Amino acid sequence: MTMQITIGWLYGAKMNIYGDRGNVVALQQRARWRGVDAQVQEIGIGEPVPAGIDIFFWGGGQDQEQVAVAKDIAGAKGEAIREAVERGAALLSICGGYQLLGHGYQPHDGEMLGGIGVFDAISTAGPTRFIGNVTIESPRFNTLVGFENHSGLTTLQGDCQPLGKVVHGHGNNGRDGTEGAIYKNAIGCYLHGALLPKNPHLTDWLLQSGLRHRYTEVDDLTPLDDALEFLAHENALSRSRTQT
Amino acid sequence: MTKSSFDPRLALSVVGGKLTGTAIRLVGRGGGTAAPGLVADKVDTGLLTKLSAQLPQGAVLVAGTNGKTTTTRMIADIFQANSWQVVHNRSGSNLVRGVVAAYLGQSTPGGHIRGDIGVIEADEAAMPELVRRIQPQVIVLNNLFRDQLDRYGELDTIAKSWQKVVAQLSPEVTLIVNADDQTLVALTDNTPATRICIGLNEAHHRLESLPHAADAAVCRVCGADLEYRALYLSHLGEWYCTGCGRERPSLAFAAGDIALHGDRNSEMTVTATDGAHRLTVGVPGLYNAYNALASAAVARAFGVPWDVITSTLTGFQSAFGRIERIQYQNRSITLALVKNPTGFNEVLRMLTAETGALRHPTIICINDLDADGRDVSWLWDVDFELLAEGTGDLFTTGIRGADMANRLKYAGVPLTRIHPLSDDLAAAFDAFIQQVPEGASAYILPSYTAMLRLRKTLADRGIVQEFWEQ
Repeated sequence: MTMQITIGWLYGAKMNIYGDRGNVVALQQRARWRGVDAQVQEIGIGEPVPAGIDIFFWGGGQDQEQVAVAKDIAGAKGEAIREAVERGAALLSICGGYQLLGHGYQPHDGEMLGGIGVFDAISTAGPTRFIGNVTIESPRFNTLVGFENHSGLTTLQGDCQPLGKVVHGHGNNGRDGTEGAIYKNAIGCYLHGALLPKNPHLTDWLLQSGLRHRYTEVDDLTPLDDALEFLAHENALSRSRTQT
Repeated sequence: MTKSSFDPRLALSVVGGKLTGTAIRLVGRGGGTAAPGLVADKVDTGLLTKLSAQLPQGAVLVAGTNGKTTTTRMIADIFQANSWQVVHNRSGSNLVRGVVAAYLGQSTPGGHIRGDIGVIEADEAAMPELVRRIQPQVIVLNNLFRDQLDRYGELDTIAKSWQKVVAQLSPEVTLIVNADDQTLVALTDNTPATRICIGLNEAHHRLESLPHAADAAVCRVCGADLEYRALYLSHLGEWYCTGCGRERPSLAFAAGDIALHGDRNSEMTVTATDGAHRLTVGVPGLYNAYNALASAAVARAFGVPWDVITSTLTGFQSAFGRIERIQYQNRSITLALVKNPTGFNEVLRMLTAETGALRHPTIICINDLDADGRDVSWLWDVDFELLAEGTGDLFTTGIRGADMANRLKYAGVPLTRIHPLSDDLAAAFDAFIQQVPEGASAYILPSYTAMLRLRKTLADRGIVQEFWEQ
């Protein structure tokens, strides 16, 4: 029997910046290469969260778009995403999506954009823009590489666990050395790049989590030839080490 | 100030700038195209304004993410064919200091400029400052695409800064706007300047849907979804808003009946208020039809006759590295600059247009230096899926060649066709050439600094000219 998995791409039309779409491509391809049928459903403004999403993806956007999305996510829709995460659905969010999965984002001018509180974290607009290659060390995923480009500063609260510690780059806020957040199978971070194609171990963890969300018995994923993926991974790692 | 008056500060700054340029070329550090401007600008910040005021025909300034180098070159060539001496930042150094350097290059030590008309390519972020200093009487807004976003912050920032500039123009200024770009229309709607809309009315070369590289099709005024009666390139097309009813304004210059001849050239008909004009454009691809259309509209704004325009565009050769053909060791090589998703998509469209797939060996060279954009994530917004079918092997090099190779894998290109080479461009180039059969064709697609590096290698071997000599 062919296994199936459904990827829910939140606001793909409005929030897809700095190549974030590459993450959806990576999930889809690595599922296909193992004979898993991966369907992608885009979830836009005004559209409810469909039942049966195994992996959510939510990318970054420009300011104008984030305001419209924050309105849309309030209420039942945000509640549906939060419940899915509680039931074990996998989720990857980056930059703007990550901010709205915390308690909210306070821009320079204008009202606070409310978030849905999957992560116990709060974000505010900062005075400078953090731009550059990033390397982090994560207890669960070892080394992850990406490219950050954000002026928002995120502070983790309470028991909220960071995705990892910053080795090169700025991370959540440039102060406490943390980057990203992880709760159950949900990840938020500032890592563009695109992130997943050059961190195949993270991609496979999301796929595995998504499959476990759908099926009661899931074998370990078949290993793939990841030579090109890790060539790109090493390449990004060396750039983050040498950048000024 | 009259032309004969002597301005000591201006003269000092011209002399200082000129000496810097000579010094740089003498020590062999490159073309010296921007540093002289930096020196001169420090001595006299009013230099550009003073020199501009001396040009009898005034100046035209071109801004936009894509096509500004090619468009300004077309305009400059047309003006030269019209017997005007042109002051032009031709080497593509398009920040304020690059423009100052270009003006210096054609000034006497006494501070007098030798030229009839200025043709200025403006970087998106430098555009407001250049308009303020040069006060051109014709401004072209070509398009706004996602480019190297880590340099500018976000597109919104540029759009807002442009809007501020056009709101302060005088009615004597002619603003030529690519009306197929809804953002440019929205930000020029209330300008006091005389707005001339240009665009395509083309029946055949249409896209089915928005490419991934295109920004969300959302009305810039009311936020409702935008629809297209015809979509031509990225988000450019005949658009209308489903909410507030805005739509593409009527066109004063419209290009149509376009025939694209692969990687060679194209033909089109430009319909203007004075009739329809069939012309050949010496460079290929739909994006160059847009550039040619803009250059024709500019030339008409300055009263240049149509026969001068059409004959110049027919013989037009592209800017260095944008698209260039070279013969090397009995191989025909086409070099095409790729610097952002939309530009890359159009190059891929051109290379696969006639045969439906990539047939020739191709090397993609990706760097991540400042001028390339330090963030290579833009590669994920290019539709490399177009290359999945086809027989041409794909080689990669450059500082981020590994990212490129991985991108091709996820686009569905079989691993047997992907060959990551050394990140050293010269070594990779030599290895690549060995893989191209003698007498065959090949493509080289470099990012900006990779292109400069590659041309340096080729110039050292006597294959191409150094770019500041062109």
